Amino acid sequence: MPSNSQLACQNLGRALPPPESRPLLANVNFELGRGDVLGIVGPSGAGKSTLLRLLNRLDEPTAGTVWLDGVDTLTLPPRELRRRIGMVMQRAYLFPGTVGENIAFGPKQQDRIISIGEIDSLLTRVGLTGYASRDAFTLSGGEAQRVAITRALANDPEVLLLDEPTSALDEAARRGVEALLESLIRERHLTCVWVTHSIEQARAMADKVLALKAGRVDAYGPAAEVLRA
Amino acid sequence: MLNHLFHSQLALGIAECVVTALLALTVMLLARKRAPGLLKELPIAEIRGVAQIVAVGAILAFMLRGPQWTSLLVLTGMMLAAASIVRKRAKQIPRAFLLALISICVGAGVVLAIMIVFGVIPLQITMLVPVGSMVIANTMNTQSLFLDRLRGEVTSHVGEIESALTLGASPDTALLPYLNAAFRACLIPSIDNIRSLGIVWIPGIMAGMVLSGASPLFAALYQFVVLTTILSASALACLVSSHLVTRRMFTAEEQLVLRAA
Repeated sequence: MPSNSQLACQNLGRALPPPESRPLLANVNFELGRGDVLGIVGPSGAGKSTLLRLLNRLDEPTAGTVWLDGVDTLTLPPRELRRRIGMVMQRAYLFPGTVGENIAFGPKQQDRIISIGEIDSLLTRVGLTGYASRDAFTLSGGEAQRVAITRALANDPEVLLLDEPTSALDEAARRGVEALLESLIRERHLTCVWVTHSIEQARAMADKVLALKAGRVDAYGPAAEVLRA
Repeated sequence: MLNHLFHSQLALGIAECVVTALLALTVMLLARKRAPGLLKELPIAEIRGVAQIVAVGAILAFMLRGPQWTSLLVLTGMMLAAASIVRKRAKQIPRAFLLALISICVGAGVVLAIMIVFGVIPLQITMLVPVGSMVIANTMNTQSLFLDRLRGEVTSHVGEIESALTLGASPDTALLPYLNAAFRACLIPSIDNIRSLGIVWIPGIMAGMVLSGASPLFAALYQFVVLTTILSASALACLVSSHLVTRRMFTAEEQLVLRAA
């Protein structure tokens, strides 16, 4: 399988278990090099979130293979895989406790202590200077999502999955979080799979675009080509 | 009033059962808008309950003349029945019967065995079966509460649990806050029972002992013993359950199985 790609999948699919056995997603193929951004677009129910969940094995693929740095992800322990492929969901889902405790959660799972200085510096980068000791449940939607992004980045992921991370935010917060994500992805040269409803967002951010329709690939290729259609 | 109408003990007992069953039905009828399903369940539960307890009374009467080991047979049967009842309350949890059976057997079994070894519960059928049944029944209730609460906690925190998994957490770590919440919630009734002992209620076993001529002071102390035994058995069963339940809520690939229905 792909030699130079950092993340790739081949004939990836998932079907509901018997007796229903209905396919949710079938025959997805893509290949991303280091620092590539793949935009996943398509209507609701097309299988966009399902695809992301197969990439970090929150759900089990029933067909095909996902490759991370040339290694079949089924051979990796799930915790290692999820540490290496980070994810930001539609909602922040912060844990009870302080913002700092939320950010330290991921590193703590690998017995790595993240210093207060590191937490402060990460928070400053996302525009939340001095938030480390704030109660996570007192934040606005936009602030909470910034913390969720910081929490994912504190794990130093090689790939970042973004499942419509701004869809639950109001217009002003959405613009701020999108701008932040764009600058973070460029700055860290992150390989990224970004599920979005917005063609504009995909055009602005993605190198490649994969369009899904009813669980099938409708189009895949360079963003300019796919989005022109 | 009833004792003027019914002169034999058996007839009086049946009449009292009918009156209390009707009273419970009337109350549930008044409260039918709150939980319509419960009104349908109650008559069946009442008929089943009275049939079961009369059967146990008959078995006890028979066993009093039999060997000691038969009491262990009865307690084992009770544990199997208790696990089956817990399973019905925890339908969404895979293999809930086995989980409940192991938890109840370890919780109630170990605590009862310790009490027997120390001589707190005499190895006599007349003591072992009623006290054992109380411990098993309360352990069963706590198990039902624990699993039901845990199911509720998990299905309403799927996002948080999966977020923890995406950060590289183990299923145990991801589930921990919800296990703790369920553990605490299910033991509150048992702790409150001990806290309110003598002030809010005088439990049946103490009333029964006093009525049958035991010293009220000894009866009071023994009641405390029974309630703390129940708490120990319930807590131990939940502890076992909390260790076993994680494997049932996640796949071998550490994916959350339980979802909102």
